[in-house]
Amino acid sequence: MAAVEFRHVDVMFGKASKQSFELLDQGKTRNEILAKTGAVLGVADASLAVEEGTICVLMGLSGSGKSSLLRCVNGLNKVSRGELLIAHKGGFVDMAKISESQLLELRRDRIAMVFQQFGLLPWCSVRENVGFGLDVKGIPKEEIKRITDEKLALVNLSDWADKKVDELSGGMQQRVGLARAFATDADILLMDEPFSALDPLIRDRLQDELLELQKSLKRTIIFVSHDLNEALKLGNQIVIMEGGRIIQAGSARDIIFKPANEYVRRFVANINPLNVLYAGVLMRPLAQFTREQNQLVLDSGWTLSLDAQGKVSTLHHQGQAHDLHAVDYDVWMKDVVEICQNNDKPLLVTQAGEVVGVICHKDILQSLLRQAELNSDMPM
Amino acid sequence: MDWLTEHKLPIGKWLGKGVDYLNQYASGFFDALSLVLETILNGTTKALLMIPAWLLIALVAGLAWWLHRSKGLVVFVVLSLLLIVNMGYWQETIETLVLVIYATFFCMLIGVPLGIAAAHRPWLYTILRPILDLMQTIPTFVYLIPTLILFGLGVVPGLISTIIFALAAPVRLTWLGVSNVPLTLIEAGKSFGCSPRQLLWRIELPHAMPTIMAGLTQCIMLSLSMVVIAALVGADGLGKPVVRALNTVNIEKGFEAGLAIVILAILLDRIFKQPSKPAVGV
Repeated sequence: MAAVEFRHVDVMFGKASKQSFELLDQGKTRNEILAKTGAVLGVADASLAVEEGTICVLMGLSGSGKSSLLRCVNGLNKVSRGELLIAHKGGFVDMAKISESQLLELRRDRIAMVFQQFGLLPWCSVRENVGFGLDVKGIPKEEIKRITDEKLALVNLSDWADKKVDELSGGMQQRVGLARAFATDADILLMDEPFSALDPLIRDRLQDELLELQKSLKRTIIFVSHDLNEALKLGNQIVIMEGGRIIQAGSARDIIFKPANEYVRRFVANINPLNVLYAGVLMRPLAQFTREQNQLVLDSGWTLSLDAQGKVSTLHHQGQAHDLHAVDYDVWMKDVVEICQNNDKPLLVTQAGEVVGVICHKDILQSLLRQAELNSDMPM
Repeated sequence: MDWLTEHKLPIGKWLGKGVDYLNQYASGFFDALSLVLETILNGTTKALLMIPAWLLIALVAGLAWWLHRSKGLVVFVVLSLLLIVNMGYWQETIETLVLVIYATFFCMLIGVPLGIAAAHRPWLYTILRPILDLMQTIPTFVYLIPTLILFGLGVVPGLISTIIFALAAPVRLTWLGVSNVPLTLIEAGKSFGCSPRQLLWRIELPHAMPTIMAGLTQCIMLSLSMVVIAALVGADGLGKPVVRALNTVNIEKGFEAGLAIVILAILLDRIFKQPSKPAVGV
């Protein structure tokens, strides 16, 4: 079920007149609308559904409207036209028509946010910052202490609870930001370039930590990033935006193998495949292999036998049986390469215990080659 | 040019008429206000003078210690206050102190909410700015005359003039502090569901507090600089001996009273100034 759904959302800043919407409907660009009406187009006609418990990454360069769209979800930006539905108490709330009191309720209970510049209160301790949302809700002190202790442990900051936030490093400060967002038990998390202000090593580690936390917390996360590496690594769904419009929305596989236009292709050319591609992207689904009776024909003489239920049973090479080697769907490409380096057998890919695809050496080489081709195609 | 001077705009006349009008129809209000303020100020002065000087000095030293934990400051407080007692200006110092404290109190009482309101409403600040400029730059003697007419001689016109002069500082600095709160903090507050009131108390005021406190110390200093002017309209305190010394060309008396004012200024500044670094580990 969709937790958040955008339906033809427009965001217009400044004097949004009737004329500016008419120009927008005629397909005029941001600059044309600005010159004629003085209104700044933030987002145009964005339609998107974010499924419950998934990470959706809004990706684009600065000015692409990704933050403007994100900020509509908790009302920091107003939806100028269209509907923004948030699943709430069995029904839907439309952020475009929400009342002030309902907005407060949603912000207190349902939606939390993490900021690029952290947005922590420098005069408060780490613990008080984590408990900020709870305090605003009017939760009793002892309860706040219990919850903040729990969340501080979650982000490994228990020893820092009574320090002031400016005594912490950037990475630690953003962990406080994360703990604060987790503390209110909001099931929708908005993250506005949360790791962009951090240095690359810390950024990488926090991305891993976020993925680890998400495995157990299962929140609906809308994440804004200008880095496709980050988007591919984190996102179940990746939405690429340009000039206020959504250019392409899809899985990492879709973005990498079927870029919608030149703009997306440019982004894809700059990724580091080892860190952002994973087994599920590299593999060929079982359905793509030719089937001969109860065998699937893989590359260079390898075959995969299926049992009576159609499940994978054994691996054969020129009549000789081999052990099955399998990796999980979300194992990073660098790990897949490492496994294949010591092993010339095809690698099975499993998802929730089921074999869903196979990675042959050819697939790995192909993905690298594709990357090299994309790079050499780029006009400088 | 003759034509221009012959047709003089009656600006002064208008203002004079306004004050006359107030005096004629609202004198009851001003008399009552004057009476109340005078009673409060004189009452406080009397109460403080009933406390023996040594005890009050000890209390001030205690306050300084409690706020700053600095032995040097405590020694300075004790020695300088003893010097004032020695010069024979204890009573005048207390009178001036009371005037300064009340002027500052009323300035903050009016100035801080006004500054907050102006920070939230740009149009209000646009209106307020020229008025604040006027209050700070218009020569004090000019509004001393109408306050004298409306409130009569004594400590009250001194207090009112001091408030008019010093009010701009807390308004401006509160405005500055509140309007300089980083946008991320405001958005963080909003996104966790702060109501406008919660936003003010949890985000804006704590962030603006150092600037508002700077407004407080400035307000104290500005009030002190008005003591001699206040003495001209009959307010008791350290200004009086200065005025008297001026009239009788008495150098010794003038310097001693001036020294007492300076001592009081330094003391108040050091005691109420925020430590430049926030205390760690408290």
